[in-house]
Amino acid sequence: MNRTVPTTAMTSGRDAFGQALLDLAETHPEMVVLDADVASSTKTLAFGKRHPERFFNVGVAEANMADIAGGMATCGLRPVVSTFALFLVLKAAEQIRNVTCYNNLPVIFAGGYGGLSDSYDGASHQSVEDLAIMRSLPNMAVVVLGDAIEVGAALAEALRRNGPTYLRLGRNPSPILFAHEPPLQIGRIRKLRDGGDLTLAVCGMPTVMAIEAAAELAHRGIAVDLLEVSTLKPLDDDALVASAAKTGRVLTVEEHSVIGGLGGAVAECLARRQPVTMDFVGVEDRFSESGDYLSLLAKYGISSAAIVEKSLRLCAAKR
Amino acid sequence: MQSNPLAAYDDDNGAEGGCPLSTFRPIDPQGVLVEPNAARKWAKIQYLAQESRIDVLDTLHARGTGHWGGAASAAELLTYLYFAGMNVRPAEPKWPDRDRLVVSKGHASAMLYTILAKRGYFPLAEVRATFRQLDSRMQGHPCMNKTPGVEMSTGALGHGLSVALGMALAARVQARTYWSYVLVGDGCLNEGQTWEAIMAAAKFRPERLVLLIDYNRVQLDGPSAEIMPLDPLPEKLRAFNWNVAPNPVDGHDVREIAASFDWLRVQRQWPAAIVYATHKGQGVSFMTDTAQWHGALVDDATHAKARPELLATLGRLEAAL
Repeated sequence: MNRTVPTTAMTSGRDAFGQALLDLAETHPEMVVLDADVASSTKTLAFGKRHPERFFNVGVAEANMADIAGGMATCGLRPVVSTFALFLVLKAAEQIRNVTCYNNLPVIFAGGYGGLSDSYDGASHQSVEDLAIMRSLPNMAVVVLGDAIEVGAALAEALRRNGPTYLRLGRNPSPILFAHEPPLQIGRIRKLRDGGDLTLAVCGMPTVMAIEAAAELAHRGIAVDLLEVSTLKPLDDDALVASAAKTGRVLTVEEHSVIGGLGGAVAECLARRQPVTMDFVGVEDRFSESGDYLSLLAKYGISSAAIVEKSLRLCAAKR
Repeated sequence: MQSNPLAAYDDDNGAEGGCPLSTFRPIDPQGVLVEPNAARKWAKIQYLAQESRIDVLDTLHARGTGHWGGAASAAELLTYLYFAGMNVRPAEPKWPDRDRLVVSKGHASAMLYTILAKRGYFPLAEVRATFRQLDSRMQGHPCMNKTPGVEMSTGALGHGLSVALGMALAARVQARTYWSYVLVGDGCLNEGQTWEAIMAAAKFRPERLVLLIDYNRVQLDGPSAEIMPLDPLPEKLRAFNWNVAPNPVDGHDVREIAASFDWLRVQRQWPAAIVYATHKGQGVSFMTDTAQWHGALVDDATHAKARPELLATLGRLEAAL
């Protein structure tokens, strides 16, 4: 079961999302799509062209967009709300809380350009707080997609849920990891590698890095239990606790602030059920900057090398 | 569930804990609904609205919490909507083709619950006994998943028009013909989101989307002219490409409200807005047109002083029935 990174197909989360909307449109006539003047970036535009009566570009007005979707959801539609993750989650935070989550409405929020993936646009556009905010809202499911294959599965499953779902997508092409695996299930951890020395819990694009790091660590004699935790909420507690009980060490890896994201979710769970030594790979409590995507990630602490380094330190420490 | 919260409640027109208060003759709500003569129907709705003010005052007094000013301001508008303006089925609150009303000024909750109760959604005694209390269906601000008839949870200002726009667009997508109304106050019009929705509604132009403005010109901290000036409101809406009813419409005169709905029914240009001139705290002289009674406690002395005024007006309205 040990995963390696395929060197073939590269697809971006946004392209997969645009295609998934088209694929699901016929079988889900109740699905409508809203965007806030970034439809050509988030790739909802193709749906809008094919189904103009079910597509609403509301202009640069995220709060209004979120609540229009809330009103639609009370009338039996299944709105998919799309824009950049940062603007969706922070500009419409109170709307998402008080209309969607308070009323447990089945609205899907698709946060594009998540993490540092809008790398050249700089800190004003990079979203490393969205998971912390969305995770704190009652009723909200929080899902971070690890590859393009997962995007379609997550969207299809979110359309079957009876409450709100946040899907976090990346901007840039990344390797297809799960073409030959059972489809993503919201709320279920995927085990990508079995080992007894260290648990690596990862979500999103850095899953690729974690796979590479696990292989490197294997060369150094460290057997990694590698978990892809695509759903931060509801967390697959049992799978996580079982792994932590086995390894006694957990390193979380995410394209997000180390405050309140996957690391927070894992720490909250394990503090109650299986306290272990932990560390966190993510953006420390600071603002990022413009630059090439992978270089930016590396500068802000997210890379295979950083995962290996923190893993070695964790394994050197007492359990 | 706790034991029946109504069991301990004696429907005493709000006299609990104090001296007995003079009562009034509640009008039969069913009789208001089926009244065939328009003039008599408006008189009955006028009476019912005033009666609801007394019920709200009694509830706020009995429970020691709640908002009087914005509730009193919307009495006639809400009563007209539920007893004449809207097509609803209290026995089937989720009937798909019902007309929708989003009460964006959610602090008017006591009035909304009182009128929903009179319309048959739940017992009026439940409002008085449990308003804003633990385990109640009558939340401080409206909650759609707790209270039958409430179409959207509100309270935080500025959400309503966006939500109603979503409902109206859903009607278009699903080829339904229900009406989507939203009731906003001065405070909602301070919120940037409302103006985002005003622009978006004028872009998408869904049929039967109606913005009702309870324009009482007072908000929590003071007159809106001081806190955040809104004038000239109808002109602003027209400049945003809305179809605005001719002004002024007296939002406390049911005949004028009915006439504004007559205007609404023949419109072909959407979205439509009606600006109602109202008074915050309407009905009690010392509570009218002041921010002081936005949400202040109705204590025993206030209750004893305010109630006779409301009753005196009710008596005059009874003579016109």
